[in-house]
Amino acid sequence: MSDTAQTSDRVRVVAISAGMSDSSSTRMLVDRLLAALHTQAKESGRELSAQVVELRPLAAELAQTVTSGLVGPRVQDALDTLAGADAVIAATPVYRAGVSGLFKMFFDVIEGDVLLAMPVALLATAGTPRHALVVDDQMRALFAYFRALSAPTSLFAGGPDWGSASLSTRTERVAAELLALAESRVRPRILGTAGAHYRHTFDGAADAAGTPGSLDLGSDLMRLATGGSLDPE
Amino acid sequence: MQFGIFSVSDITRDPVSGDTPSEAERIRAAVRIAVKAEEVGLDVFAIGEHHNPPFFSSSPTTLLAAIAAQTQRIVLSTSTTLITTNDPVRIAEEYAMLQHLAEGRVDLMLGRGNTAPVYPWFGKDIREGLPLALENYNLLHRLWTEDVVDWEGRYRTALQGFTSIPRPLDDVPPFVWHGSIRTPEIAEQAAYYGDGFFANNIFWPKQHFQRLVQFYRQRFAHYGHGTPEQAVVGLGGQAYIAKTSQQAKAEFRPYFDAAPVYGNGPSMEEYLAQTPLSVGSPQEIIDKTLSFRETFGDYQRQLFLMDHAGLPLGTVLDQLELLGSEVIPVLRREMAARRAPGVAEAPTHASLVHAKYGNVEPRQPRPNPNRGDNVTGTSPYQDTEGGAGVQYPAL
Repeated sequence: MSDTAQTSDRVRVVAISAGMSDSSSTRMLVDRLLAALHTQAKESGRELSAQVVELRPLAAELAQTVTSGLVGPRVQDALDTLAGADAVIAATPVYRAGVSGLFKMFFDVIEGDVLLAMPVALLATAGTPRHALVVDDQMRALFAYFRALSAPTSLFAGGPDWGSASLSTRTERVAAELLALAESRVRPRILGTAGAHYRHTFDGAADAAGTPGSLDLGSDLMRLATGGSLDPE
Repeated sequence: MQFGIFSVSDITRDPVSGDTPSEAERIRAAVRIAVKAEEVGLDVFAIGEHHNPPFFSSSPTTLLAAIAAQTQRIVLSTSTTLITTNDPVRIAEEYAMLQHLAEGRVDLMLGRGNTAPVYPWFGKDIREGLPLALENYNLLHRLWTEDVVDWEGRYRTALQGFTSIPRPLDDVPPFVWHGSIRTPEIAEQAAYYGDGFFANNIFWPKQHFQRLVQFYRQRFAHYGHGTPEQAVVGLGGQAYIAKTSQQAKAEFRPYFDAAPVYGNGPSMEEYLAQTPLSVGSPQEIIDKTLSFRETFGDYQRQLFLMDHAGLPLGTVLDQLELLGSEVIPVLRREMAARRAPGVAEAPTHASLVHAKYGNVEPRQPRPNPNRGDNVTGTSPYQDTEGGAGVQYPAL
């Protein structure tokens, strides 16, 4: 418990970057956001730690995870890192009017409850501004499925954006939003008060990380498990 | 502690010879394998249930009855019996019948099944799979512990004044294991009834199973069946054994590489490092199996998958020989030496009879005479107690 107390003031940011080159424009966007986060955290006297998980080196192992169900050690490390986050940056390139396959593959293998009430910043890059809505159309829906708390502003950089000062402004804004969500401790509060009401299975990395708390032993299904009955329909 | 084998009943092309066994050959082979398992000193033979090719075991009680007739000692079980798509009334009847014919050498493992189309084929809704399993088992449990059942639920026609026949042997139902990979409700149900819990354990990360088993142990104690350490836990595993590690890997590799269950992805070495799969010398199998105990605590039943992926019958029988002569005797000794005091043995019919009756003669139900309307009413047996409140169907 003392560990938790010591680290509770520090905001642990984990970025998942699906950029394809080294370094990629996706990673550049992630780094700009992290820089803004560090600056703003410093200004408010908040400690912040950041880890970036690059998916590119995990590509082969991720493909095997998808086809075989066997989670390899490097993918497991990435999943564990994600499970330890207070806030997440999810960043993908857009190639063909959607999130990249690599990005989706990673989020296809994460545990269903690990992003529950998690503050998430949504980032995408593309070669053309015509892909701008991928962030709001697809990524926002994906993270809604995970019941994450997506920051209100999305960060998209497609070609000309890299020459526009408004990219910096938006980056600052996303940093402020993500930091506000993390600092308000809205996630631990939601999990603390309502955690037991989320039905979760024992595959949950969120469970391993100490959240979302204990099982609801009073649910309809748990009552049925212990000799009770369902209301006949 | 019990050691045995379990089969999923797959009929798979042998990737080395190119031959695919016929259904007839594979069914006969299953009986040979079970008989051999007893000969080499194993305690348990379990068979799965499937309702589509390339599997053969649609009717496990028929197969197990044939095996029972050819064996004397081995316990016959399932891996698993589908508690979702089978009518719990039929499960109660069929397995009680089998239990009589096998003279008590029967238990069963319940599972929900992982073949989605089986649900609609049997008129069930897969989205209701979990509540269906829970409700069906509640009914099965009553059918085996109460002579006369009035019952109403969501998923099955109501029962009024129903008696499942034959009553379990000695009025002691077959022991039930609940199999689950990740569902706390199933572990809770196993704990509530004081039944066993089986973690297939074939795919890791083991932490998932570990926490599920831990939860089951805690809840088993919570419901007053004993200490957490006395809960009844079974684990699966897979093994291919040869005299040397190199030989085992060389022999098994073509089967590993061709088996869809391994995903045609990660290498055998990766699987060996990350899952309970053991391919190696007897000592390697022993060491890996002993590590299960460190992960899950003392447990009661270890089943190995030995006859899958197209391995020919001759090879499977040789494998069983090695398992029985070189692996299991050491495992028995080592597990016993490490075992904490007070840990329960795996329940058998004899131990359950003793627990229920002590030294008193077990109950042997004898029916009352037929009233002429084929309805037995509240007192179907000469010694049935009471008989309260049955609502007769209108005749």
